[in-house]
Amino acid sequence: MTDETLKQTPLYEAHVAAGARMVPFAGYSMPVQYRDGVLKEHLWTREHAGLFDVSHMGQARLRGVSPLSAFEEVTPGDFIGLGAGKQRYSLLLNKKGGIVDDLMGARPDDDGLFVVVNGACKDGDFKFIDNELAGQVRIERLEDRALLALQGPEAAAVMAAHAPEAATMVFMECRAMTAFGTDAIVSRSGYTGEDGYEISVPAAEAHRVWATLLEDERVRPIGLGARDSLRLEAGLPLYGHDIDETTSPVEAVLTFAVSKKRRDAQDFPGAARIARELAEGPSRVRVGLKILEGAPAREGAEIADANGEVIGKVTSGGFAPSLGCAIAMGYVPPARSAVGTALRVIVRGKAGAAEVVATPFVPNRYVRKL
Amino acid sequence: MRFTKDHEWVVVEDGVATVGITAYAAEQLGDVVFVETPDVGKTVSQGDSFAVVESVKAASDVYAPVSGEVVEANGDLGDAPETVNAAPEHAGWFAKVKLSDPAEVEALMDRHAYEAYLGTL
Repeated sequence: MTDETLKQTPLYEAHVAAGARMVPFAGYSMPVQYRDGVLKEHLWTREHAGLFDVSHMGQARLRGVSPLSAFEEVTPGDFIGLGAGKQRYSLLLNKKGGIVDDLMGARPDDDGLFVVVNGACKDGDFKFIDNELAGQVRIERLEDRALLALQGPEAAAVMAAHAPEAATMVFMECRAMTAFGTDAIVSRSGYTGEDGYEISVPAAEAHRVWATLLEDERVRPIGLGARDSLRLEAGLPLYGHDIDETTSPVEAVLTFAVSKKRRDAQDFPGAARIARELAEGPSRVRVGLKILEGAPAREGAEIADANGEVIGKVTSGGFAPSLGCAIAMGYVPPARSAVGTALRVIVRGKAGAAEVVATPFVPNRYVRKL
Repeated sequence: MRFTKDHEWVVVEDGVATVGITAYAAEQLGDVVFVETPDVGKTVSQGDSFAVVESVKAASDVYAPVSGEVVEANGDLGDAPETVNAAPEHAGWFAKVKLSDPAEVEALMDRHAYEAYLGTL
């Protein structure tokens, strides 16, 4: 894909002006890093507040007679039970129980369901929802809105100055509000393991909001490189890498996204497979690995047991700046998935020692109560 | 010091080439977190992948700028890969290669030519 065919977010000029290195991602020209580089940007976010442009992600409103109950036909989440002002992590599932995408669904106001899906999947996702829920929901894609993420231990203090109401929210709450002098949809969530917010604003206001936040010395712009290392340390799966249309929520250890009520009712796509895997165990399961020696194991590296037999593959991995070592995620048979199991990762033909460890690798710091 | 289009540098002394990556390459890679140097005794041909340098984000091959036998690898990079960023054209060297074809070095770019080449990127 050449630069000419890449889309730009409303913040493209701001990234270039800030010295970002722009790379193609999800069809957009996106900042992979700014002048500080991935390592410093990562650590800054863990210590202060990082500002991310995630406007490539797909924002939409689903409207209809009962969009919440309709949405349950394509997800295993309890959306009928989603209270006003609440947000839920969920999964679009195909009929085989495979993951079409992971997403956030929220009720910031009384205007249907607000969803945010992955940028690389958004066209397919909205087509999928439109096909599956034809006649039940109308999808309005919010392409005139930007999405910013403010993440880190100082995010709340920064945000309070611009959106006092945001300080009264807890993790996974989402509200429509006036913030930064414009109409915003603010959720207390993110994908770094830190406390923080995702802030949807009109595209025309994005530059001003971005610049306003960066005036605060606690805030620095952070590229997609650090976003990836932050989410990896937080043990969060990346769609298209750690989860895809072949993986089930049970294999991916995302069973928390399959609500108890829906589990009992078995009324979602792939419910039979998921019930069977819950009862009998899946054939493979996502684990966290700490690389004890040798090179970082990245996506595609084979995972072997102590005898050298290949038992799985790394789905994402790299150096963890907050831990000072390499970590990875991958799939192995459940019998080899216990924390403490000694495994190996094969990188460029060499087997390096690795160990199954609990995730998140770095404890999350979500604010669940005030 | 001589340079390749793949951003390696070479300094020859007594028929042995010290090899590393250029300041430009180190800057482009960003923070180096792991270096895999070649095994001593290995014979390499010009253009072979002979080392790997890894940033937080990705692993990149380093190509042998000259042919010969690896006679020493920079063991300090194991504990201090950041040396590649701090001093890419000095303490951050990767390996020393006993030249099998000294004429290869003469064909590499001098600094003036390399800087002109960087200007085209």
